Amino acid sequence: MTMLEAVETVGVTKSTARAARASGQGTLTRADLCEAVHREIGLSRSESSDLVEGVLDHICDTLVAGDNVKISSFGSFVLRSKGQRIGRNPKTGQEVPIEPRTVLTFRPSQLLRERINGGPPAA
Amino acid sequence: MIRSELVQAVGAANPHLTQRDVERIVGTIFDEIVTALASGRRVELRGFGAFSTRAREARTGRNPRTGTAVAVDAKRVPYFKPGKDLRERLNVG
Repeated sequence: MTMLEAVETVGVTKSTARAARASGQGTLTRADLCEAVHREIGLSRSESSDLVEGVLDHICDTLVAGDNVKISSFGSFVLRSKGQRIGRNPKTGQEVPIEPRTVLTFRPSQLLRERINGGPPAA
Repeated sequence: MIRSELVQAVGAANPHLTQRDVERIVGTIFDEIVTALASGRRVELRGFGAFSTRAREARTGRNPRTGTAVAVDAKRVPYFKPGKDLRERLNVG
């Protein structure tokens, strides 16, 4: 392969990657969820956006209030309390206390686990 | 809180929608996330968190009851990393 051919190959790979992202192959964001609600339910984009935000806000507020959130056929958001422990600054080796805190873990449902490994799509 | 309670809460904030509409909206949101993860995409919701999948190598597991060795295939598992805003809100006060 000549140098020129090599350069062209790289160019094609880059533009293909860009096209893939533009056609929605990259990361799914709020905008995609809002578009899905607009498409499936037929509400305006602005109302769809408010509803996506409302759903996420209700989940957050419930967790902040200390209640777990369980979404059937998706998974559970589970709060866990961590006790105080002694940590160490990895750079200086100095010991620092890590305060008790609440961490959030996600336990995926069996259905989500199966779908990710090529399981049948939901009905 | 479970799915139906989430539907009720969102419905109460949007009295012009029927409960059935809200159920479909909530369903669409989670279906969309599942479909994206199943096709290998990542889902990033700023302030809330990000869903991704992580690879697990094949390993030899054991049936905990009988102790016999069983081959466990390589697979992908869903992973959620809570967003910074949510992590901070969980630890105030």
